[in-house]
Amino acid sequence: MGYEPQADFGTPASKSEKLVTLTIDGRAITVPEGTSVMRAAAESGGSIPKLCATDNVKSFGSCRLCLVEVDGMRGTPASCTTPVMEGMNVHTQTPRLQKLRKGVMELYISDHPLDCLTCSDNNDCELQDNAAAVGLRDVRYGYSGDNHLGLATDTSNPYFDFDPSKCIACSRCVRACDEVQGTFALTIEGRGFASKVSAGTSMDDFLSSECVSCGACVQACPTATLQEKPMKEIGKPERAVVTTCAYCGVGCTFRAEMRGEQLVRMVPWKDGKANRGHSCVKGRFAWGYAQHKDRILNPMIRKSINDPWQEVSWDEAIAYTASEIKRIKDNYGARALGGVTSSRCTNEEAFLVQKIIRAGFGSNNTDTCARVCHSPTGFGLSTAFGTSAGTQDFDSVMDSDVILVIGANPTDGHPVFASRMKRRLRQGAKLIVVDPRRTDIVRSPHIEADFHLPLQPGTNVAVLTALAHVIVTEGLAAEAFIKERCDWDEYQEWAEFVSRPQNSPEFLEPVTRVKAEDIRGAARLFATGGNGAIYYGLGVTEHSQGSSTVLAIANLAMVTGNVGRRGVGVNPLRGQNNVQGSCDMGSFPHELSGYRHITDNVARKLFEDDWGVTLDPEPGLRIPNMLDAAVDGSFKLFYCQGEDILQSDPNTHHVAAGLAAMECVIVHDLFLNETANYAHIFLPGSTFLEKNGTFTNAERRIQLVRKVMEPANGYEDWEITQLMAQAMGLDWNYSHPKEILAEIARLTPTFAGVSWERLDAEGSLQWPVNEKFPDGAPIMHVDGFVRGKGKFVVTDYVPTDEKTGPRFPLLLTTGRILSQYNVGAQTRRTGNVAWHPEDLLEMHPVDAEDRGLKDGDWARLASRAGETTLRVQVTDRVAPGVVYTTFHHPATQANVITTEYSDWATNCPEYKVTAVQISPSNGPTDWQEEYEEQARRSRRIAGTVTAEAAE
Amino acid sequence: MNIDRLTYMANQIARAFEPQGHDSAVDQAATHINKFWDPRMKKTMLEGDRSGLSPIAAEAMVKVEAYVAARPASAW
Repeated sequence: MGYEPQADFGTPASKSEKLVTLTIDGRAITVPEGTSVMRAAAESGGSIPKLCATDNVKSFGSCRLCLVEVDGMRGTPASCTTPVMEGMNVHTQTPRLQKLRKGVMELYISDHPLDCLTCSDNNDCELQDNAAAVGLRDVRYGYSGDNHLGLATDTSNPYFDFDPSKCIACSRCVRACDEVQGTFALTIEGRGFASKVSAGTSMDDFLSSECVSCGACVQACPTATLQEKPMKEIGKPERAVVTTCAYCGVGCTFRAEMRGEQLVRMVPWKDGKANRGHSCVKGRFAWGYAQHKDRILNPMIRKSINDPWQEVSWDEAIAYTASEIKRIKDNYGARALGGVTSSRCTNEEAFLVQKIIRAGFGSNNTDTCARVCHSPTGFGLSTAFGTSAGTQDFDSVMDSDVILVIGANPTDGHPVFASRMKRRLRQGAKLIVVDPRRTDIVRSPHIEADFHLPLQPGTNVAVLTALAHVIVTEGLAAEAFIKERCDWDEYQEWAEFVSRPQNSPEFLEPVTRVKAEDIRGAARLFATGGNGAIYYGLGVTEHSQGSSTVLAIANLAMVTGNVGRRGVGVNPLRGQNNVQGSCDMGSFPHELSGYRHITDNVARKLFEDDWGVTLDPEPGLRIPNMLDAAVDGSFKLFYCQGEDILQSDPNTHHVAAGLAAMECVIVHDLFLNETANYAHIFLPGSTFLEKNGTFTNAERRIQLVRKVMEPANGYEDWEITQLMAQAMGLDWNYSHPKEILAEIARLTPTFAGVSWERLDAEGSLQWPVNEKFPDGAPIMHVDGFVRGKGKFVVTDYVPTDEKTGPRFPLLLTTGRILSQYNVGAQTRRTGNVAWHPEDLLEMHPVDAEDRGLKDGDWARLASRAGETTLRVQVTDRVAPGVVYTTFHHPATQANVITTEYSDWATNCPEYKVTAVQISPSNGPTDWQEEYEEQARRSRRIAGTVTAEAAE
Repeated sequence: MNIDRLTYMANQIARAFEPQGHDSAVDQAATHINKFWDPRMKKTMLEGDRSGLSPIAAEAMVKVEAYVAARPASAW
């Protein structure tokens, strides 16, 4: 693809099914009713000059450039605000219009710097284009009058500048912030000639304001007023490639706009069905890590983790890796080897990693980082509905009447979807939030939850059962739906259980600490408010009752009849970009791709025949079991692609002990991450910009990842796994990920109709794509549940064994923040550190005062597992007795604090509940100092300047 | 494998199925362990001290033992 900006039709598309036919400049055009004349003209190949209109936001009618003449209509209406009408005859290019437009443009240009040739937007500027379009040749008023040319540029944002001297006050940025992003950070301050775009208050700049740096304003700006810094530094792109973001599970698609091998900017692709042309600060701007100096580009090996690394050739590294695999397999047997696939890598890469483990190592000791996030989702939804995935597409939320958000913080974790959700809420949908913290979705501009249930961490099941109690005992259950779609006997057993007095909101109030009347109100609203949709995140899954909570959510959806159509459903918000995909690809130790158990002889034989090997018929170890087995001495080799388990997994001391006990740890990553401190082989990885493949987002949407530049390390990650396989004697000869995808489709019934060519042509497909659903399934369980009858499962509340007491009286819960991502390996190496340079400990003012702590003080955070220090942020977002922190920075290592308690069904760690004590501190703990020194020594590379710590 | 940790896990699983009724809970707990535990985990539990197991978990382990005995590949 060469460089052409995406078409801008001026106003949003109408969703009306009624069609209207009109004539524009002699062309007969048929468009949906409600379409603007401007859009109708653009869709039919015309072009009406415009400045304040863009198709991401509603028409505004302020610039007066898009005037048209309509037969029988007085004056010259603005085409952006004039809807089409049957039989309308429109003229867009007449001498009268030309004169009017030229006059308007003359006024704009009289107060605009005439530096087009040196402007960073030269040849990419709508003002410039429209000045040419209206034939402006002179400005009669001169340039010496009052103007805005001397206004200073705001360079505070790390990614874009705001140059008010070039602003034409069209309000596109303000409207994009309001309508698209929903933050309402921007405004037009002053009136008339004094009108000026302002971020936050007049005291603010962009960085200090409430702007979340999503980029919607930059995208909307028709001039160089708001512009990406690289456009100034590098210049205009000369080609664009559509690819998929490698951050969260929303799966935004972007145009990677390139100049040669240099990435100039990532612009959200308007045709992307996950993001619909929107973006967040991570995907839009935080890609600088891809070229960061910390990237390791040469393979390295060492005999001992106490030795410095030795750089070697790829041939030597692969041969050494294969020899270590063989040595350990010969000495200890195949079940002593294993590894993890990455939810940051492509489907094809995950598939190959689990394949090399099963077919090459000879064990089923394969797992994925979904183990520590959404494994309970797979277990729970598979049990209740028959499919290990969410039920809806993202667009579905626009048909929701009541939205229940539980254990998710979408404005931080899934910001692009959160913007869509907020748009629906501004249209009037009701909102229930179940979360210990007052997250931004609870209360933000023009959004206020109807019910916020600030439960005690660890009591999700109690709250959900209490909600069900109200619905059943007050006769609000959707019995017709249940009788038709679910197992009625199981429902009755469940209904009898939830109806018991001990499951009432009043009885459970001392446990949940949620007012019973609020639970009753929320239950009535969800059961009677129309289409009810449930969105949940890791606040549901990362508990000792994570799987039970997912089952309880499924129960709630079924008892209210909210499954199987638009606007409803159960929607897990996946953490990383390819969590869904890595799970689909057979990454778990007990199942092959498509969620078929390894003991299923028919399924296993299918793979054995295809791969020409005999597979171990018994389930393998999950990540925490691998670490336990390593400490025990029966697990010796670990291949870790694209994950950093030392930082991300719970109880860091135990993870470190497990890694240290292994004879060979192979880390395949972009950076010398924390896990690499314990590695013997380092295989440098490639970024998502440097590879081809597919990601599957939280909607089950499979999308292409297209290579936009050559891998700086020399190979795409799937090629490196293939080199390992070949060195082990496996006959792998893939020349492109499309061949791996073909194998996945061949072996996985839900992917049967997926191919590279189809994805390339159609943009995306939502699995299942097979004979029954040839074009995929945006909404699941429409004509019945995949498993047959929906299954109600009794889920009684079992308190966690992680108890508070005199020594550890507070409950710590952990999470993430908008600007950082997971362990921060990527985002810490970008300008995003401007917003979040360190992990902070949120404490309620009462708890802080009790301990003599104030905002910004250093505090010692201790649990039974370990202790660390970090700075305090005093806030009433958290309730008294509850504290909160993030885990983005290795210097903090929040997971030193978290324990080994885990979900009963899946071993997903209980990150969300740890009993802690907090006290004033004056510096790092001994452990932090020792860790820093160990990391420094571990990162030494022979023959080079000592590698610095990742920070 | 650490027997205390495995005992804790088995008891957690058994407790989760307890509301389904005794017989069903025993069956489901055994099935769950067979589906998700690797052979060395089962072996450690089966050959180790089972005194810490809850009644349902203990009965489930008897069923796991029978399952392992019938499947040579389950051996560690």
